[in-house]
Amino acid sequence: MSGFSVTEPSQRQKWIAGLLVITYAMVTLMPLLWIIATGFKSPEDAISYPPKVLFEPSLEGYVNLFSSRTRITTGMQESLQPAETWYEQVARDSGTIIVGPSRYGQRFLNSVVIGFGSTFLAIVFGTMAAYAFSRFKVPIKDDLLFFILSTRMMPPIAVAIPIFLMFRQLGLNDTQLGMILLYTAVNLSLSVWLLKGFIDEIPFEYEEAALIDGYTRFQAFYKVVLPQAATGIASTAIFCLIFAWNEYAFAVLLTSGNAQTAPPFIPTIIGVGGQDWPAVAAGATIFLIPVMIFTILLRKHLLRGITFGAVRK
Amino acid sequence: MAQIIIKNLRKDFGDFTAVKASSFTIEDGEFFMLLGPSGCGKTTTLRMIAGLELPTSGEIFIDGEEVSQKRASQRDIAFVFQMFALYPHMNVRQNISYPLKSQGMPRAQIKAKVAEVAKILGIEDILSKPVGGLSGGDRQRVALGRAIVREPKAFMMDEPLGALDAEFREHMSEELRALHDRMGATTVYVTHDQLEAMQMGDKIVVMNHGSVEQFGVPQQIYDWPASLFVADFIGSPPMNFLHFNGAVGEGDSKVSLSGQVFDIPQQLQAASGDLVFGVRPEHVSLNDASAYKGKVLAIEYLGTTQVITIESANGVLKARVASADMVEVGQQVGLVFNPRTISLFDKSTGAALLSDANKGVLDHG
Ligand SMILES: Nc1ncnc2c1ncn2[C@@H]1O[C@H](COP(=O)(O)OP(=O)(O)OP(=O)(O)O)[C@@H](O)[C@H]1O
Ligand SMILES: [Mg+2]
Repeated sequence: MSGFSVTEPSQRQKWIAGLLVITYAMVTLMPLLWIIATGFKSPEDAISYPPKVLFEPSLEGYVNLFSSRTRITTGMQESLQPAETWYEQVARDSGTIIVGPSRYGQRFLNSVVIGFGSTFLAIVFGTMAAYAFSRFKVPIKDDLLFFILSTRMMPPIAVAIPIFLMFRQLGLNDTQLGMILLYTAVNLSLSVWLLKGFIDEIPFEYEEAALIDGYTRFQAFYKVVLPQAATGIASTAIFCLIFAWNEYAFAVLLTSGNAQTAPPFIPTIIGVGGQDWPAVAAGATIFLIPVMIFTILLRKHLLRGITFGAVRK
Repeated sequence: MAQIIIKNLRKDFGDFTAVKASSFTIEDGEFFMLLGPSGCGKTTTLRMIAGLELPTSGEIFIDGEEVSQKRASQRDIAFVFQMFALYPHMNVRQNISYPLKSQGMPRAQIKAKVAEVAKILGIEDILSKPVGGLSGGDRQRVALGRAIVREPKAFMMDEPLGALDAEFREHMSEELRALHDRMGATTVYVTHDQLEAMQMGDKIVVMNHGSVEQFGVPQQIYDWPASLFVADFIGSPPMNFLHFNGAVGEGDSKVSLSGQVFDIPQQLQAASGDLVFGVRPEHVSLNDASAYKGKVLAIEYLGTTQVITIESANGVLKARVASADMVEVGQQVGLVFNPRTISLFDKSTGAALLSDANKGVLDHG
């Protein structure tokens, strides 16, 4: 090829850009790789210095994460029947026996129920509120919108105590329902604002066409507006889920047993005798998976959603 | 198919009156043009007929039934939007079948109807395409397809050719008119393009500032405008206005302008004060025998004709004359006006004065 193009970057520019992106990705992905790798190390390898890049993979961290164990003496170990399952074997190899499941599974389930539940509600209510704000004459609309946004301006710590007191009166302390309601309320401000932006972009004519074609207002909303807002809904849902999934402050303050989510629980995973870093890392790794899957499933929408408006056909 | 009667229709948006006491009748099967400059209330009127906007007051009769407060879906009307408003998440076939689905029509029947409509519009080969990538003309056809598939009582079209480029507009307007002639459905068509309105319409209503200025067939509106506004809005170049201060009496068939006496149609209405003498450019001719003189300011050559701009004692006017007429800029020329085509207007009200010639046109309006 000869000459140069105005719109196409040159070969060298492409190389430089690629190099920059790879460097940036390495820097940001390093902690993630570290966590994933540590999850598969033995406790000794996890704290060895200098850090081991190549190591013999072990499932000890994962076994420890999901079980509670007790330490036994070598003598006792010899008197036991041979281990029946692979995870019992892993536990025995480190000088312990499994006495029951850990609480991680249940905490994880809490995270799933609370995270997805609150995201679902924030999206359902958010879409309807955003539609109303976008399409109808709402008195003091701007003030209402600002008020909705302002609910998110306070740090959780500032409102945690009143919420704690309220929840205690209502019997919502340390319940899944309480946490779902709380996260829904916090996420609503985000979802109303984001979705209003997306719905504003959808020309009103589509709904009018549907009204003329013999549909009711509500049918026009869910048959014409919703499919076109799908992109916005998907990206909003991801943001809501990420917030609810990672939320730490409220979760620490308002949950303890029943409804505790994974974030406050993970740091409390401490092995029998010493910090069990592989188990903590395993807990963090598994914790990442649902958001990752959700994001990957919706990523096509996400990309379009974030660039929405800029590249409208 | 239906007759549509509009009676004293009015629409206020807050303090602002977008449409003032409009009345007109659209006969069954007519291709009816709503014409006027931007912001005069055409779209608002059309939307009120369709039921997308509720009137502040007044009545709308479709097929004898008063519908002004009914929902759009109950009026059995189709609407073609300026930007077409094709549902972007559906393909062509789904777009066209969508109005039928709402009626709960069986699938097989929908399929047959869509096929029939696609054939009429010549879009059979794009039925399974998404609407996103279609050309302007095809979008237009799909929008029409979605409108006609339901066989509604009437069609409303809001500047349906506005989104197309000039070359294609011409072609589509012919196609549209042919489609109308074939189906004979009552059509209300909004445009701000007076040429389009003249070419396509069976009847025209001219609106200005929310009021109906005149309504009638194109030729009559062109020849006998009811007001200065209509005379100026229609025709290119528009009607010439010669301003004078004088008087005409009932029964007069002459008027005096700057000392010259001109023959005019017999007047049925007396008036005095500031008046306007209106004559279309093609009814002005150059004749040096005439005592009414003007100076040529500019010449615009248009092939078979030329438009000559002339300064007279009563203002600047334009004459459309044969290209063969030899004139030069700066030349003094004598002007003759075809007496049977003259309209007089009262300048203060803007209204045309009734004469023998225009009474047939203006009486019913
Ligand atoms: N929803 C509304 N609220 C307030 N004013 C409105 C509304 N819709 C229209 N108007 C005003 O009413 C007037 C008439 O509007 P309309 O859209 O009917 O004009 P139009 O003749 O269709 O003009 P155009 O040729 O520009 O489409 C305009 O001045 C417009 O600003
Ligand atoms: Mg308009």
